[in-house]
Amino acid sequence: MDNLYGLTIGELGELLRQGEIKSVDIADSYIKRIKEVDTSVGAYLQTDFEEAMKNAENADKIIMSGGDIPPITGIPLSIKDIFLIKGKKTTCASKILNNFISPYDATVVKKLKQNNYVFLGKTNLDEFAMGSSTENSAYKVTRNPYDSKRVPGGSSGGSAASVSADLCAGSFGTDTGGSVRQPAAFCGVVGLKPTYGLISRYGIVAFSSSLDQAGVLAKDTTDAAILLGAVAGFDERDQTTRRFEVKNYADIVGRANKASIKGLRVGMPVEFFSEGLDPGVNSKILEVRELLKGLGANIVDISLPDTKYSVAAYYIIATSEASSNLERYDGIRFGYRYKQEQGTRGLGLDDLYSKSREFGFGDEVKRRIILGTFALSAGYYDAYYKKASLIRKLIIKNYKDAFEKADIIIGPTSPAPAFLIGEKTGDPLSMYLSDIYTISVNLSYLPALSMPVGFADNPTKPGGVLPIGLQIISPWLTEDRLLSVAKIIEGEIKFRENNINKKDIRYE
Amino acid sequence: MNSVHSTDSGQFESVIGLEVHSQLLTKTKMFCTCPNIFGIEPNSAVCPVCLGLPGALPVINFEGIKLAVKAALALNIDINKRSVFVRKNYFYPDLPKGYQISQYLEPVSSGGYLDIKVEGVEKRVEINRLHIEEDAGKLIHVENESYVDLNRAGTPLIEIVSEPNINSSGEAVAYLKELRNILVYLGVSDGNMEEGSFRCDANVSVRKKGDPGLGTRTEVKNVNSFKFVEKAINYEIERQIDVILDGGKVIQETRLYDSKEDLTRPMRGKEEAHDYRYFEEPDLPPLILTDKFISEIKGSITELPTAKRERYTAEYLLTEYDGGVLTQDKEIALYFEDLIEINEGRVEIKKIANWVINDLLSELKTRDKMKVRKERVIDLVKIENFLGLILEVETGNINKNTGKTVLAEMLLSGKKAGEIIKEKNLAQVSDEKGIGDIINHVLEENPKELTDLISGKDKLFGFFVGAVMKKTKGKANPKKVNEILKRSIAEKIKGCRE
Repeated sequence: MDNLYGLTIGELGELLRQGEIKSVDIADSYIKRIKEVDTSVGAYLQTDFEEAMKNAENADKIIMSGGDIPPITGIPLSIKDIFLIKGKKTTCASKILNNFISPYDATVVKKLKQNNYVFLGKTNLDEFAMGSSTENSAYKVTRNPYDSKRVPGGSSGGSAASVSADLCAGSFGTDTGGSVRQPAAFCGVVGLKPTYGLISRYGIVAFSSSLDQAGVLAKDTTDAAILLGAVAGFDERDQTTRRFEVKNYADIVGRANKASIKGLRVGMPVEFFSEGLDPGVNSKILEVRELLKGLGANIVDISLPDTKYSVAAYYIIATSEASSNLERYDGIRFGYRYKQEQGTRGLGLDDLYSKSREFGFGDEVKRRIILGTFALSAGYYDAYYKKASLIRKLIIKNYKDAFEKADIIIGPTSPAPAFLIGEKTGDPLSMYLSDIYTISVNLSYLPALSMPVGFADNPTKPGGVLPIGLQIISPWLTEDRLLSVAKIIEGEIKFRENNINKKDIRYE
Repeated sequence: MNSVHSTDSGQFESVIGLEVHSQLLTKTKMFCTCPNIFGIEPNSAVCPVCLGLPGALPVINFEGIKLAVKAALALNIDINKRSVFVRKNYFYPDLPKGYQISQYLEPVSSGGYLDIKVEGVEKRVEINRLHIEEDAGKLIHVENESYVDLNRAGTPLIEIVSEPNINSSGEAVAYLKELRNILVYLGVSDGNMEEGSFRCDANVSVRKKGDPGLGTRTEVKNVNSFKFVEKAINYEIERQIDVILDGGKVIQETRLYDSKEDLTRPMRGKEEAHDYRYFEEPDLPPLILTDKFISEIKGSITELPTAKRERYTAEYLLTEYDGGVLTQDKEIALYFEDLIEINEGRVEIKKIANWVINDLLSELKTRDKMKVRKERVIDLVKIENFLGLILEVETGNINKNTGKTVLAEMLLSGKKAGEIIKEKNLAQVSDEKGIGDIINHVLEENPKELTDLISGKDKLFGFFVGAVMKKTKGKANPKKVNEILKRSIAEKIKGCRE
């Protein structure tokens, strides 16, 4: 069967179980595709095709033996290079981890292995997940599959691009301030950030511990549900996971019915539709509103007044935690260590620290370490970190109040579609503002999803288009509701059916 | 330092606050499942969590929480049902994460006291807080190389901070001894100061008597024995008084005690210029303790030294001194109590106490100097064997001095008293005829001394007792020897007069 790489996990799974295809066929299809296309996309930092084939052969045996086969068995996936996989390099796209081989598996990876997935490779990201364009990678540029001159978003840009360019069936990323949703929007795929604590963070290199959450990037909502179901749940190694009930998201999404939209209260935050929002994005989101209205939803205007402070609060909390989380990269025990010409002997301890960190970290990481260190310093703590934590509480309250009036909230994922490579690298603040709609969700521990709902014209490429993402936010632990609503919208808009041949990548 | 100002120094008083760090006797480390053990191959009790590897996360060890709460309850410190872990950030090669997980503004317990007695005077030392934290690893310096051993990294610690209301080095040591004793009694700590499982930093300041405010304090570190605590504090008090009397100002700083030179020195400025940037540890939720959890721990607390001491005077009718000595060490107290239990009233309790205090403890002290662990001495002399020895003496089978010889032998071989007495032929000679014969022999051998004794030199009586004991190799029943010797001499005197 041709072009297996173009199918969804749901579709592939069905063919596998019916015996129409084998996992090795799928793996082979993706390997060929990566070899052919990834030179222009640049989604992967490392691949292991030998292992992929081994995984696939193993999965085929398990499928042959019958019984209850998990939906991701035999499915080739990519993983953001921030998850630790035993025996493999984890670089976090940083020079400081250029030689770090993981001695253990992240809990997410452990669960994927238990499900007999097929590992294709690890994807590019902004160094330590700090960025919104994947341009902060110390290793390579990842290009947007819809326009090679544009960024894929970030920080999970490699993951989003790998899904969008059919270089894997699905991918795992992390979302600290929008790092799954924004690249999903830029690359025209589904990106889900679940409730904080639903997926274990054990074995994920920490950026900001109270905000980091693993997320999934998928070709459609069904796949997102499948991927979430495979990895969600309590982990005794992560005390911020809880004994939440893990639902069968894929089943629930499979039963999603248009009729359920009738009477659904859909909140539209006024703050998300003001200054700075691209008109093309705005009109697409309003189309979705009309669509939902047409299905019987009650559209309610809501307000999240304190979210105007969310970027400020976020950059204090995230950088403060990062300044502490990144202290372990000191050149002593692992990773990059600065060496003098004659070796390190004679280099004082302070110099060893500062030189290793000076040459090991990139500019954006250093900028955030300095910001965070400052915010936590004696005499400044109250004015910055403490105040930011108070704002965080206010934002949580805003959402709590909003969910009294609305069952879900919709809005744009990002103020504008994908920007050009190099467009914002000189202006960190404008880069930070590309996450303005996603950040408050992390501050509030809420689940949210970005899904493609259409295209904007590409202003720099005649005839080209750029995907637009809709963000849906729902109350804590209502991923089932989130995915079901998304599935219904997806069924109406038919984005995948309409995006054929719009990408800017070479097809055979 | 004997200063020229010593006549003026009487107008000052010292104010001391102590920060005690004690390792907890948990099976595993505070935030991972690595074993909490001492003295094994470097870097062999480590895992991704305590190595601070990327992606690793801490998980609270509830055994550690239990021990900390137990210690707090025993020290009359209020338990905070909600407490928060924080990160204390600083760079050092023995601190793998670059931060220590500790508690700061919201500790697990705060506000308590410990009653101590110094030279018969009671004093209540206020305790500010007891909180939980993790220990760092260790650096090993070999010539020009430094090595990092992270076996200790992440092992559980409690920090107990007193208020600054200790006023002398004597009070400080009494407080530390009592504190250490309680922690050992509770099974919270092994109290070993040399291995660093019980350590102390002293905050010392001086002020003019009657001044309401506090003087500038210095923090003295590196005091790893009670003796050094005392000396370091005394040195620091005198040093500060001298500085002030010389018209200078005490600088707030951290100083290290040098036990070889017996003085304190400032740490290099860089080492103490820390801004720890405390903030809530985002990897751990707040610690919430239920009433049930706390009351269960309360119920598990066994008799503490003060209560034992009081019971020993009330129930066993021992002196306060004896009670104090016997309860200074939990192992000894339990040993003593076991002795009394199997004794079943045969020997007077006071006598048993004397045996333990005068004989067993002195033996332990000598062994201590030889750096042999006390526990082993107690293991060597089984309770039933020790009581057996006491009974041999009490029934007159051997005399007290022979008893000491038997005890020494017991410590070597671990054998029973009876066996040793038989093997070494140490049984007391008590038969009148035998002793009488020896006495007659001795009297005949020393005619001059006998004449002097008869003529009134009474102290020569002792000479003859000694000579008899020597002849019997100490085995003669001294009571009998006295009796018969008195009788013989009386007869001789009578004979002279007639």
